[in-house]
Amino acid sequence: MATDTVTAFRESLRELGVEFTRTTPTGAEDALAECVVEPAVGTPLPFDGVSLPESVTLDPTLAELERAETGITPATFAIADYGTVVVQPTDAGEDSVSLHPDRHVAVVAESDVVPGMTAAFDRLVTIAEAGGSAIFATGPSATADMGALVQGVHGPKEVHVLLVSDR
Amino acid sequence: MTRADAIRKLLATEGESVASNTRTFNEGRYDSVADLEAYEELKDRAREIKEDAIERLPELIAQLRESVEANGGTVYLAEDAEDANRYIADVASDAEVLVKSKTMTGEEIEVNDHLAENGIDVYETDLGEFVLQVADEAPSHLVAPAIHRSREDIARLLNAHFDPEEPLETAEDLTQFASEYLGNRIREADVGLTGANFVVAETGTLALVTSEGNARKTASVPDTHVAVAGVEKLIPRMADLQPFVELIGRSATGQDITSYVSFLTPPVETPTFSGDDREFHLVLLDNGRIAMRDDDVLRETLYCVRCGACANSCANFQHVGGHAFGGETYTGGIATGWEAGVHGLDSAATFNDLCTGCSRCVNACPVKIDIPWINTAIRDRINREGADGLEFVYRGLLPDDDPSNIDRQKRLFGNFSTVARLGSRFAPVSNWMARSEPGRRFLSWAFGVDPRRELPQFQRETLVEWFAGRDPIPADVATWEAVLYPDPYTNYVDVERGKAAVRVLESLGVAVRVPALPPTGRAPLSQGMVGTARNHARELATALAPHLDAGRDVVVVEPSDLAMFRRDYDHLLPECDALRENSYELLEYIYGLLANEANIDVLQRAETDRQVTYHAHCQARTLDLEPYTVAVLERLGYDVVTTDAECCGMAGSFGYKADYYELSVAVGESLVEEIDGGSVIANGVSCQEQIESISAESVRHPVELLARDME
Repeated sequence: MATDTVTAFRESLRELGVEFTRTTPTGAEDALAECVVEPAVGTPLPFDGVSLPESVTLDPTLAELERAETGITPATFAIADYGTVVVQPTDAGEDSVSLHPDRHVAVVAESDVVPGMTAAFDRLVTIAEAGGSAIFATGPSATADMGALVQGVHGPKEVHVLLVSDR
Repeated sequence: MTRADAIRKLLATEGESVASNTRTFNEGRYDSVADLEAYEELKDRAREIKEDAIERLPELIAQLRESVEANGGTVYLAEDAEDANRYIADVASDAEVLVKSKTMTGEEIEVNDHLAENGIDVYETDLGEFVLQVADEAPSHLVAPAIHRSREDIARLLNAHFDPEEPLETAEDLTQFASEYLGNRIREADVGLTGANFVVAETGTLALVTSEGNARKTASVPDTHVAVAGVEKLIPRMADLQPFVELIGRSATGQDITSYVSFLTPPVETPTFSGDDREFHLVLLDNGRIAMRDDDVLRETLYCVRCGACANSCANFQHVGGHAFGGETYTGGIATGWEAGVHGLDSAATFNDLCTGCSRCVNACPVKIDIPWINTAIRDRINREGADGLEFVYRGLLPDDDPSNIDRQKRLFGNFSTVARLGSRFAPVSNWMARSEPGRRFLSWAFGVDPRRELPQFQRETLVEWFAGRDPIPADVATWEAVLYPDPYTNYVDVERGKAAVRVLESLGVAVRVPALPPTGRAPLSQGMVGTARNHARELATALAPHLDAGRDVVVVEPSDLAMFRRDYDHLLPECDALRENSYELLEYIYGLLANEANIDVLQRAETDRQVTYHAHCQARTLDLEPYTVAVLERLGYDVVTTDAECCGMAGSFGYKADYYELSVAVGESLVEEIDGGSVIANGVSCQEQIESISAESVRHPVELLARDME
């Protein structure tokens, strides 16, 4: 992935107030441990050599989800221009894990960061045509309905993107 | 309560909150789209996709049914509100609790009431809707339904209703309280009801555009998900969603993208918490939409993506909000189309007059709907249904071509060219009569003209007469030839700006003609008198044809008349390209002359105070004419500050009408607040009148500055 795409992604995340860590597959586990506020729930990470910290609960119940401080999911891809991570709901529960806890840690492979919406739609179309779903999640959950901007309403207050480089 | 009373009350109670929220959205939109390189192309694409989808709607509905059913969901095509409600209540018949995310279509069918009658507890999970549910109020905005309420207001409401141990105060308190309370309701819920921003026929995918996350929870926590959407939400293919995803957040609230855009192809794979299978029902609502598709005026409304940009960019809406500028369900400029289509003309008639045709929503709309035209054409239909008992007052005096039962106030203003001609012929007696106490009382009683407004002073010598009495520069010494269009205001009232225009153009080498010409039709069009406007347009096109054939340019002083040629004649005289292509706003024309090496030296002067505040007429802004005036003035050494207010609030006749006088003044005051020293110029006659009446500033047309500099 071109360096300028990662730079643009990082800049978009900075504007959104999303934390960002870049790591390698070997450093990923330590980086993840640093991102996590316990208790944490998660879904399996599909990156070679990267696994969830042991303390992370898989297949959480609704009660476990609501108790959790952190939810860790992979992002199928990310959109540099917008600072968006794309969560693909499967039976592992990515939708719920990325939504209920106050903190969402999205793990994305550097090669899966696309520059803009056109490239994003190429991937989205493939997902939908196969009967799948996808959530474009950009920054924290927010509302201005109570008279001022507040972050963290029915979704996470904080988002942390962990970018795993391919080297 | 009279209309004037209702507006006065809203100005006092909801105006401030609506103003600060809508302006924040509107400014955000300008900033956000400025960063989007392909903005215009994306709008064109979005428009094409919607046109195609509505054209092929029956076929797309059939295709969608197949895709949703193949995925394991069901599709129900509901004929009307009752049908939709019956189906939803049926699906939810075993449910005790149903949670909802925001759906305007749900508001349209009043699904909450229906479910409550069936013994189901319904909870709104969008915080704005939650506030309205507690307050038992209707939404005041398409996107932000509770923008009419301030934080203090909401705190009072929730403290009184829930009596929490610690009184709620900050926006954080209120948000946390509501999200905990609603989180519990979502956990208990048996059914989640959402709307849908778009529905993809090919894949059966719903797109939901949200920021709080409540729609995601509403769709995923309960086992059963019901989505209700108007049939117009169908989009052929997944790839067609791209322009909408890039445009909708920017257009709505000025966000490049909202926190969450969910593309759900239900039943979604996310495991349920009960362990049971997921169930999905899509309720597609007709409720008048299929008939709208066959209606040449209302069809465009079906392209609407309900972003609310037309409301946010509307000066009137910014001051009163959707509780005045809205019908049974929908709010803002596009609401006239929705209300006329789904609830009927009566609902549209309650607020349609609040669209002054200023056209500021036109460029803001991400699907390029001609919203002022919908308002005008529906006003025409409302006029035809109206009745009037005082026709004797004006019979024979106002020679329009519209049906005789039209509202007399609209007829007076629609015939402004005749009124002005008579006023000029009998000036100054006509001015004394109109300004006298009995005269004002009569105008107020018979035509609803607000007695607090200064009336225009008609001039005895018209611009055409003045011009005929002088020697124009001979055509053989001139480089250009142009007709200066003597609109009724320039011809009969503000003759000085017309004279200034002639002097400046001639000095720049233009052989000017000022023939007597018919009106453009602007005045009747603004009253919804489309037939009269079309006749004026035809007469004018005929009268101008020989000039256009001779290669003369047409120069227009009043931007609203140029907007007729460039925008409204698309509807009235679609074949009239010559006029559209060869007509120019006065300063636009002068800019062109200077760019073509006209001698700028005749305009120079050496004075020090050169700071001016320029308020460009709303329609001039829409036609992107503001930069020409600014560029010409800057070349002449002026330091120009432009205003941000979308419209002055006068809008031709609007500010004269007793029902709307106070709203008009409130809008004008917001504009006047922006004026900060220097002289004030405005290129619309309404804007000049409005600023002068509120600020006591003397306001001139830009060409009058140029003419003064020549002296």
